[in-house]
Amino acid sequence: MERIILHCDCNNFYASVESLFNPKLRGRPFAVAGDPDQRHGIVLAKNYEAKRYGVKTGNPLWLAKQLCPDIIFVPPHFDLYMNFSQTIRNIYYEYTDRVEPYGMDECWLDVTGCVPAFDGGKMIADELRERIKRELGITISAGVSFNKVFAKLASDYKKPDATTVIPYESFREFVWPLPVGDLLFVGRATARIFERKCIRTIGDLANTSRETLKSWLGKWGEVLWLYANGYDSTPVARFGSQPEIKSIGNSTTLPRDLTELEEVKITFMVLSESVAARLRKHGFQCETVQISIRGTDLSWIERQGKLEAPSCDSTSIYKKALELFIKNWVPGKPIRSLGVRGCNLSSRQVCQLSLMKSVQQIQRREKIEEVLDGLRFRFGNKIVVRGTMLADKSLSDMDPQTDYPHLVLSTVHSQI
Amino acid sequence: MGKKYIEVAAYFDTEGKIVPVMFWWDDGKSYQIDRVLDIRRAASLKAGGTGMRYTCRILGKERYLYYDDFTNRWFVEVPDKVS
Ligand SMILES: [Mg+2]
Repeated sequence: MERIILHCDCNNFYASVESLFNPKLRGRPFAVAGDPDQRHGIVLAKNYEAKRYGVKTGNPLWLAKQLCPDIIFVPPHFDLYMNFSQTIRNIYYEYTDRVEPYGMDECWLDVTGCVPAFDGGKMIADELRERIKRELGITISAGVSFNKVFAKLASDYKKPDATTVIPYESFREFVWPLPVGDLLFVGRATARIFERKCIRTIGDLANTSRETLKSWLGKWGEVLWLYANGYDSTPVARFGSQPEIKSIGNSTTLPRDLTELEEVKITFMVLSESVAARLRKHGFQCETVQISIRGTDLSWIERQGKLEAPSCDSTSIYKKALELFIKNWVPGKPIRSLGVRGCNLSSRQVCQLSLMKSVQQIQRREKIEEVLDGLRFRFGNKIVVRGTMLADKSLSDMDPQTDYPHLVLSTVHSQI
Repeated sequence: MGKKYIEVAAYFDTEGKIVPVMFWWDDGKSYQIDRVLDIRRAASLKAGGTGMRYTCRILGKERYLYYDDFTNRWFVEVPDKVS
């Protein structure tokens, strides 16, 4: 199966973070400098304006100043960079658990199976670019290809804030004319050897015989030959693996004690919608629904029930939750808090077809709810609400001091 | 535009979710947040920073309050002369 690999690279990472926090630096040439007060300080990072003067990472500060007399030096804030790096990785983990960091500001992501076809890789890449720009205020370059080496090549191809795709069908036309030094792991020493042998492009390398390369560079020559020909099959490592998600649940402490079934229904609907949306976000479906009920007398029960088929639509979850409630709670007994949880998770099979009518129905509902997810993501959570939620105005209206129903909605919290 | 740190009183629920309730300007005046309309992570290019952005209704107007969760400080965007 053809893989879909992304390589995401923050543009001028240190410098971008610095200029986000210090708007006065924007548009002016500056460099993040190790030990700016000392004579032996060097340039750790520079922005595009300084780059235009020929300032390079690693330059001694006196040289940078010579190249660009107006350059501003700022001290590094490594804690901040670490925080940004981690926050960005967490965003990547929302799309796939296969995230392999390469340095502080680069990552490979394997999104095979997260989208139906290769084109989907670009959609994810574009979404990541937009999200990181909007949420963190810095830009990334993304490369999409069928292996790690070409994904990296693609992200280097166009900067800043761009997505470049190298599909399998046309990788030769795209990759082979590029200088051989652009290929990952072709360092300066290797590049010099190639230069002597008149190997200037990646295509020259690809079309040199494997044996010849082996005689020049040993095993390493063979590896580079494989890379140039698109045969890199190294997997994207699962790095610092994320805690395994066993269940996804939401609960809420209610603004007032509930006794009416109608109120319970509304609350379950809010919770089920949130659980379902989060299942879909993580690419899960659940087989079992669990509810928890706490009474005003602090009695506490938890009950589970199996769904007809694994699903991630709110209606299935809601119906099961309500069924469990009716079976297990004395009618009218006051309730302090309610919870809904999806358990026995499995990865969602997006295209799985079923002849069972009920399953078809569930899949149709899931599709509708995915459209709703999209609408809510773009226009806010209130853009579409269920009729039931409007039925009880006291649970959806409020005044500032007793802002409880709003808190009900906003305290629908994660318990992963 | 610049950045102004403000004192904020906030409601913490048992899951760690934070919702601002009121805040104080540096002249001592306090403002009640009537309603939080939206919460999302966002960067503020104007103020120079990033964090959880709360869209709040205050005295009938919508304003952004940012919670910088790296340094645990709240800030708002203000015109330069005020900052
Ligand atoms: Mg970079």
